[in-house]
Amino acid sequence: MDKLGLDPHVVRRARALAARAGQPVVDLARSHTTVSVERAVLRLAGVSGADSDGIPWVNRLVDAVRADVPLGRGVALPVFHALATHGVEDVTVLAQKAAAGAVTFAVPESKAEVAAARRAARRATDAGLKLVDRRRAERDRLIKRYGDPQQRPWIYLIVATGDIYEDIPQAQAAARAGADVIAVIRSTGQSLLDYVPEGATREGFAGTYATQENFRLMRAALDETSKELGRYVRLTNYASGLCMPEIAALAGMERLDMMLNDSMYGILFRDINPIRTFVDQRFSRQVHARAGIIINTGEDNYLTTADAVEAAHTVTVSQLLNEFFAHEAGLADWQLGLGHAFEINPELPESFRLELAHALLARELFPDAPLKWMPPTKHMTGDVFRGNLLDGFFNLVGALTGQGILLVGMMTEAVVTPWLSDRDIALQNVRYVLNGAGNLHEDFVPAPGGFIQSRAHAVLGEAIELLERIVDDTMLTAIADGTFGIMKRPADRGKGLDGVARHEDGYYNPVTEALES
Amino acid sequence: MTIVRPYGDTTGDGMVQLSFTLPIPHDKRAEGAAVQLANRMGMDPALLVHAKAMGDGFTFFVVYGRVSHLVDTDKVQVVERDFPLLSAKEVNAVIKRRLRRRLNVVGACIGTDAHTVGIDAILNVKGVAGEKGLEYYRELSVTNMGAQVSVPELVEEARARKADAVLVSQVVTQRDAHLQNTRAMTAAFREAMPAGKRPLLIVGGPRFDELMAGELGVDRIFGRGTTPREVASYLVHALVGPSNHPAAAPERTEGQS
Repeated sequence: MDKLGLDPHVVRRARALAARAGQPVVDLARSHTTVSVERAVLRLAGVSGADSDGIPWVNRLVDAVRADVPLGRGVALPVFHALATHGVEDVTVLAQKAAAGAVTFAVPESKAEVAAARRAARRATDAGLKLVDRRRAERDRLIKRYGDPQQRPWIYLIVATGDIYEDIPQAQAAARAGADVIAVIRSTGQSLLDYVPEGATREGFAGTYATQENFRLMRAALDETSKELGRYVRLTNYASGLCMPEIAALAGMERLDMMLNDSMYGILFRDINPIRTFVDQRFSRQVHARAGIIINTGEDNYLTTADAVEAAHTVTVSQLLNEFFAHEAGLADWQLGLGHAFEINPELPESFRLELAHALLARELFPDAPLKWMPPTKHMTGDVFRGNLLDGFFNLVGALTGQGILLVGMMTEAVVTPWLSDRDIALQNVRYVLNGAGNLHEDFVPAPGGFIQSRAHAVLGEAIELLERIVDDTMLTAIADGTFGIMKRPADRGKGLDGVARHEDGYYNPVTEALES
Repeated sequence: MTIVRPYGDTTGDGMVQLSFTLPIPHDKRAEGAAVQLANRMGMDPALLVHAKAMGDGFTFFVVYGRVSHLVDTDKVQVVERDFPLLSAKEVNAVIKRRLRRRLNVVGACIGTDAHTVGIDAILNVKGVAGEKGLEYYRELSVTNMGAQVSVPELVEEARARKADAVLVSQVVTQRDAHLQNTRAMTAAFREAMPAGKRPLLIVGGPRFDELMAGELGVDRIFGRGTTPREVASYLVHALVGPSNHPAAAPERTEGQS
């Protein structure tokens, strides 16, 4: 390591600034709750299924509680108090009764009642967390039995047919062809649904809905394939959008292995309310930490909207913030798939050296994180021959800079959803580079004071300047003013705001209590 | 000369390359099948230069060969959209130059329709199919009201935002809800604002017939597969006047079967 000669004081300063910029956001997250956090609590407590219109019982139950008790009190106490007073045993049954208007909710008043409701809530959610723990132990066992991929980076491939029963054979074929990680892309717009759809789904828009049953089906299929291949094949989905905490809980209960989870993606690209996002994100990351899930952050997205050279430092800033938020939520370095991408205009002179400098900077700033390296998309034109060459150079940067997770680039990016042959050619490209140059990083040392070193230092310097500005302005103001990307996202606007509440006296969340103990 | 044929390395050689996959395992018979397909596509001789098994039951082929077909460039049909397709940069530049202020767009799903997929694909930065949504355009000021917006709310917001254009998305078509909602919307705008003061009214959705604009009282209908760039280009064309940018070449389709 230490190929860039970064000054450790400068690196420490960057981290300290990220912590100062991020701390007010953490404080905000710790003092608020959201409908989705509360629904995740109920899912872990055992509420499952949906009504005949497909509205999940957790949604019906939280809505019913909210009609009687302010959200800022949390739903755990009213729900478990109601279980006791109505003599109902099962929380899903309570949800059904509540949906029919047969239950009135209240926060228990006497100390004894509060203590009883807390105990009951904690017992129920602990059972959910125990399931998450069992899944994690199961993963450890399977990895021991079947083994990890032999090479780094792990090879990450996407499937997205919209039909889970089509996705399964495609995912299995991709794993047999060499994929170590399978990501099932979600249906367009799922991030804006304020509920998690139920059951196995066969219709989606450019992707497949994330549901508990779809998670279960795909994980079971990949377990079969892992056994067949003698290599544990990992499964990825997306904990983003309005239901981030619930998706995180479901992922933990169904043994997903990686989740996309970015600190600002929903705010900037989906116009989700900033406070909603930060509250949901902290909770979901706490659940991921418990579940042993590796998060993938979304810095690649900045580069698809902004210029990849001019905005290089915004990637570094976002990585530092994502790292701070992740550590604060209890995630370890090995769980931080911090994102970055090969998106510099290939017509630009020295574009490849710039890419190398940026990728190496990320590597050296986060030596213990399995960085997620994202392929070119913005400058893929439909010229598939040129695209294949570009992907080869992308793969080479990945090998030269020790990236942890490599999302396989498709030469047909921006043309069609990948064909079988596109995927095969793309994997051949990856194999050639890793086989021929996988250890080249041992010999590759940029010249001291040369182009690559200087560029990396310059980007880190710009990142520090931006962080200083964010510390001065506060992060919410920076987001409101359009500092990230070009989007202005004020804290009092955006989707999902009505599902946010400040904690009131006596707020109780048994899951947060367990995860923070 | 209007008659041409493909060019490999000699004028008139008619050489083309082709790649495809057949859902059969790789063997002699599979290679024969690939050559047969190429022959039937008009390649003769067809030279199979590469065949590779993919997974269990698939083979990928690359074929080079000569086609006998001729193309008459005089008989090529070009389908032009009635407005040029501009890049985001061009859209911004034209608005800045001609309008000298940002162009205001208000979007919503009206009625009981809760499917924001369409309006979000067009408006959100995230966009669709690799194209950024209208929010990404610096010179467009976008208000996305989301789903289940009532017509009066929409009219009010359009007035408050001094909307140059109103975009309405309708996905649900049960009992022709999309048509009724659209008619209600256009009637409300006609009632609330005099002609000339009304914003451009645009609806979109997978089940609209693009020819019904007049009947529904809207200025434009966009159907399935519309991209943000098309909408932005149309807005510029309709509100700011035609662009004289030479790069705005219309899409071309050959007179194919």
